Amino acid sequence: MSRFPHHLIPWLLPLLLLGCSGDSSNDWNSNNITGFMPALQFQLTNENGQAVTAEDYDGKITMMFFGYTSCPHVCPVALRKLAAAARGLGDQADEVQILFVAVDPKRDQKVLDEYVSNFTPELVGLTGTQEQLKKVTKRYRVAYSYEKPQDDGFYVVNHSSAVFVFDAQRQARLLIDEQANVAKITEDLRHLIAESAG
Amino acid sequence: MTLPTLLQQTAAFLEPYEFSPTVLVVCVACAVLYHRGRRKVGGSLGRAVLFWIGLLGMYVVLQTHFDFYAQHSFFMHRLQHLVLHHLAPLLVAVSAPAAILGAGLPDGIHRYLVTPLRRNPLLHRLYWTIQQPLVAGAIFVGLIYFWLIPSVHFYAMLNVPLYNLMNWGMAIDGLLFWWMIFNLRAPGTSDVRHYGYRLLVLFLVMFPQIVLGAYIALASHDLFGIYAACGRVLPITPLTDQAIGGLLTWIPAAMMSVVGGLVLLYRWNHQNRQADAVPLTLGCTR
Repeated sequence: MSRFPHHLIPWLLPLLLLGCSGDSSNDWNSNNITGFMPALQFQLTNENGQAVTAEDYDGKITMMFFGYTSCPHVCPVALRKLAAAARGLGDQADEVQILFVAVDPKRDQKVLDEYVSNFTPELVGLTGTQEQLKKVTKRYRVAYSYEKPQDDGFYVVNHSSAVFVFDAQRQARLLIDEQANVAKITEDLRHLIAESAG
Repeated sequence: MTLPTLLQQTAAFLEPYEFSPTVLVVCVACAVLYHRGRRKVGGSLGRAVLFWIGLLGMYVVLQTHFDFYAQHSFFMHRLQHLVLHHLAPLLVAVSAPAAILGAGLPDGIHRYLVTPLRRNPLLHRLYWTIQQPLVAGAIFVGLIYFWLIPSVHFYAMLNVPLYNLMNWGMAIDGLLFWWMIFNLRAPGTSDVRHYGYRLLVLFLVMFPQIVLGAYIALASHDLFGIYAACGRVLPITPLTDQAIGGLLTWIPAAMMSVVGGLVLLYRWNHQNRQADAVPLTLGCTR
């Protein structure tokens, strides 16, 4: 009987862990993924159809978002939000760039150039072959899939909503989710710029 | 759909999404050992079938495109853990494969690796501790809760080593737990461990799982934002995905306690009858 309390200790473990899971002091508004995700790396084509790699976008804070140009709602909202967050930086806006990886090359390839020019000069449109896209999405543990075409031929593409932020050294730093607002994103970007300057 | 495309799609599904040499080597090694061991010492066909289904189940949920869906859908993730932590280990443990696997080991490994490990006092002590029914039950439930803490779950789904740790942990803990439930000889003791105690633990682990499953299934907001962030591949709304995942944690997971309890009761009854017939064999239940 004397061992009984000792046996009960592990039952308290989940409670203890729950207690520890509360947000500890975090300097970032977005989710800190430093050390949890691989550095920025890909082989894709840009909006002009030229083959590019991550090295071509070196030296800037990079926000990467996966979507498709025919996306009716989520992508335009997200891209406008990121563009506004970059504009909020004022003079420092040219220290960040937004990579829009279009995962529906069949429809995206032709219109990508025009599509990205509608938003902001910091926005870069990227796409690639299915193989290239599968590789980069798998690297960041995101997925996309195509739904069945409707009568008019339009089909929905299921895709991720996360924005991955990499520092100027191409290391993964933050994951911005859908709920984040522009001011908070700007604040995080400013923080990252200050960090790489200092 | 034509036959060739169906075959092509099946073949693509059966390919690993993220190939793991470790999983492959461990599964193949277990299969070879079991096959060799059974040829040497025999054993009932029914138990062999249970063992093979259990082993194959673990392999399929880890090393086919099942894992792709488990990474990008909450309910598929819960299904993966139901197989890894409950269903497959239960089948393997019920089949009592230890003697057969042991017989399949080459003599050299037995002599120089297994025997010294078994005699290691530290390992023995550790094994004895984690196989105490209440401790094993607490770890069993604790692991389910731990990986479902939303912030922990977030990083586990993003980071490959953490993800693998979670799945390996589930599989190993599942085997240890169900092994404790069905293993007739308690580690370090020679007596028959009381069935009632293990039945009690099976009963106790059911409730925290019901509470957690119900909480997730009935939640009115998305608890695990990571699936929206990383893209759901199945055409399903976040709340439906979460509700099915919660139900899987709630009902089938808790049902496994009932299934385990029935097996235990059957064996208990069987043992009592044997004991009545030949009282002297009570202590030698191997």
